[in-house]
Amino acid sequence: MGTATISTTDVVPGTDGEGRRRRTAVTAARLLGLLLVCALLALVTVVSVAVGAKAIPPGEVLRALLHGRASVDDSVVLDLRLPRTLLGIAVGAALGLAGVLMQALTRNPLADPGLLGVNMGASAAVVVAIALWHSTDPSFCVWFAFAGAGLASALVHLLGSRGRSGPPPVRLALAGTAVSAVLSALISVVTLLRPDVFDQFRFWGVGSLGGQPMSVVTEVLPFLGAGALLALGLSGPLNTLALGDDTARALGTGVRRTRLLGLLAVTLLCGAATAAVGPIAFVGLAVPHLARTLTGPDHRWLMPYAMVCGAALLVGSDILGRVLARPGEIQAGIVTAFAGAPVFIALVRRRRIAEL
Amino acid sequence: MTPQTASPVPPASPTSPASPGSGLRSVAPRGAVPGGRVLRLDGGRISLRWRPRTAVVCLLLTAACLVVGALGLTTGAYRVPLSGVLACLLGHGSAADSFIVTDLRLPRLVCALLAGGALGMSGAVFQSMSRNPLGSPDIVGFTSGAATGAVAQIVLFHGGPYATALAAMGGGLVTALVVGLVAAGRGPAVGHRVVLVGIGVSAMLTSLTAYLLTRASLYEAQDAQIWLIGSLNSVTWSVVAPLALALAVLVPVTVLCARALDWLELGEDTARGLGVPVGRARLVAAIAATALAAATTAAVGPITFVALAAPHLCRPLVRSPGALVVPSGAMGALLLSASDFAAGRVLPGTELPVGALTGVLGGLYLCRLLLARRRAART
Repeated sequence: MGTATISTTDVVPGTDGEGRRRRTAVTAARLLGLLLVCALLALVTVVSVAVGAKAIPPGEVLRALLHGRASVDDSVVLDLRLPRTLLGIAVGAALGLAGVLMQALTRNPLADPGLLGVNMGASAAVVVAIALWHSTDPSFCVWFAFAGAGLASALVHLLGSRGRSGPPPVRLALAGTAVSAVLSALISVVTLLRPDVFDQFRFWGVGSLGGQPMSVVTEVLPFLGAGALLALGLSGPLNTLALGDDTARALGTGVRRTRLLGLLAVTLLCGAATAAVGPIAFVGLAVPHLARTLTGPDHRWLMPYAMVCGAALLVGSDILGRVLARPGEIQAGIVTAFAGAPVFIALVRRRRIAEL
Repeated sequence: MTPQTASPVPPASPTSPASPGSGLRSVAPRGAVPGGRVLRLDGGRISLRWRPRTAVVCLLLTAACLVVGALGLTTGAYRVPLSGVLACLLGHGSAADSFIVTDLRLPRLVCALLAGGALGMSGAVFQSMSRNPLGSPDIVGFTSGAATGAVAQIVLFHGGPYATALAAMGGGLVTALVVGLVAAGRGPAVGHRVVLVGIGVSAMLTSLTAYLLTRASLYEAQDAQIWLIGSLNSVTWSVVAPLALALAVLVPVTVLCARALDWLELGEDTARGLGVPVGRARLVAAIAATALAAATTAAVGPITFVALAAPHLCRPLVRSPGALVVPSGAMGALLLSASDFAAGRVLPGTELPVGALTGVLGGLYLCRLLLARRRAART
């Protein structure tokens, strides 16, 4: 209140009584919104466990969840639907968060895990793993995909950022395109020489939540958790980084350190996510924009929103894919691409190119 | 075929004796103008400006193509001496040699030259029109549309190679049309928007292609995969003939467009002031370039990065502004024939499809372009 009594003309917004009230109201609205989005996620989760190729009555589903495997139906719920739903939540949240991070770091609203070559890095590493060790065990491939994703994004970063001022957005995007191109050609060489590898890769490479055991969820969860914590910790510096490198530096943000840590978080999140379910496009692109319309540009709010929205979107896409092509399924990665590409195109059309 | 025309803005050219700064006194040789030379025929009724350096570059590239062609025709699992090759080409070689040279190796070489040339020209037009060094049929979504069309045909309808070629052309043209329509709009930045919309549509189509591949049997999927990479391994004369026919129509149209493209690079208003029918020139150039890419893709599959790299590689050699359509075509022919020659010999025992090699090399080249730009930006 001290500021308000000294002068009424140059008060800092939010320090006088009315400003504080308004800020409290905004915070309350955002919290309420977050609760609503969480409720949506809960609803989607319930539907995902309850709906599938095999019609199982809701009572049976509940019994399976509470009392364990007694029949085939229970097994379907516990061993197939539950893991894929949990995987969808974890991966969707990770991709949404990674999208926010990338768009903030590159200051490019079109940034996406595909753009920085993370998907391709993971894919190439998995192909090499399958070709050399003949193992398709997900818990084995996970580590390769993770390493590949890390290497690819480090390479892209090196290629785009040797200058003093860190990576300007366009340069980073182009570096991602170049690295992706080399890696995808590499994949096609390996898959050509080894038809058996191709047969496995063509299913993994689409991006599907189905067919993964519970162990995959527990294996990638530590990485996703670490990446998410790191990302959430960067929300303050990212807010100042949005004002431009020079301003951020003047405000006391370590620009280079923020970028490096951000890149590490992106690698952890995307690498583990891609390792678990294959390359899934456009969640990282569309979700941050969706969340931003709800919260505005403050990363402290944007990140939690993006996590919840990403999870809901991915699980929702998975349900849609299962319902549309019953008794088969359309993989979640394809549903997200078809849902996300129009968002991308709308962005390109609506914004002026100078802002991109 | 006309030589590459020069840009209306004359750069200081080392080969032109009458540069603008040399004063009024200097006597220009007959036929020399700033930025090139003029060829006058029929008492000046037909005049043509050409640059000696561009012509020399085109000749050298053609010579290099001949060398690669000679290597490709003579070497391989079965060696044929150069004299034997010449005899076969003139029609009096031995039966075995003739079969190897004219039925197996020659169609492949001719196809590589034609397809490479078409891709190079198409890339030059795309880059000039989109004012974007990354504008190429790969990036504006044409290639992924063709891929989706072809894979859909292979997986769903099981037709032969002709059906695949038709489906690829159809898919590519429809995609290019959709991208063009979606990206169209007022404002100066249509070129950039085309590239970005193309990237979005490509991503969608790529995932559709991947989905189709999961629905197919392994045999069909492999068939489709080889087509997707782009291969010259099984080219016969029946593939070359339609491609040659299409190019016979499209290449002259594209070359005639080149002059208007040079002027368009000065900006739309300037071009209009110089008397270029801007809308029509754009439309014709876009149709010709897309059709070139479509014909190539239908014949040999989507071969990546030749269209992107050829104009870039030409620019420092020719040292002239403008669209560089003809030199890019020659460069594309050299790139593709040399890549095909190398792809067959990189891994002993396996014949890699040429698309795999151009993919790796092209991606690395794009990395190099980025590094070079960074250096240029820093100094």
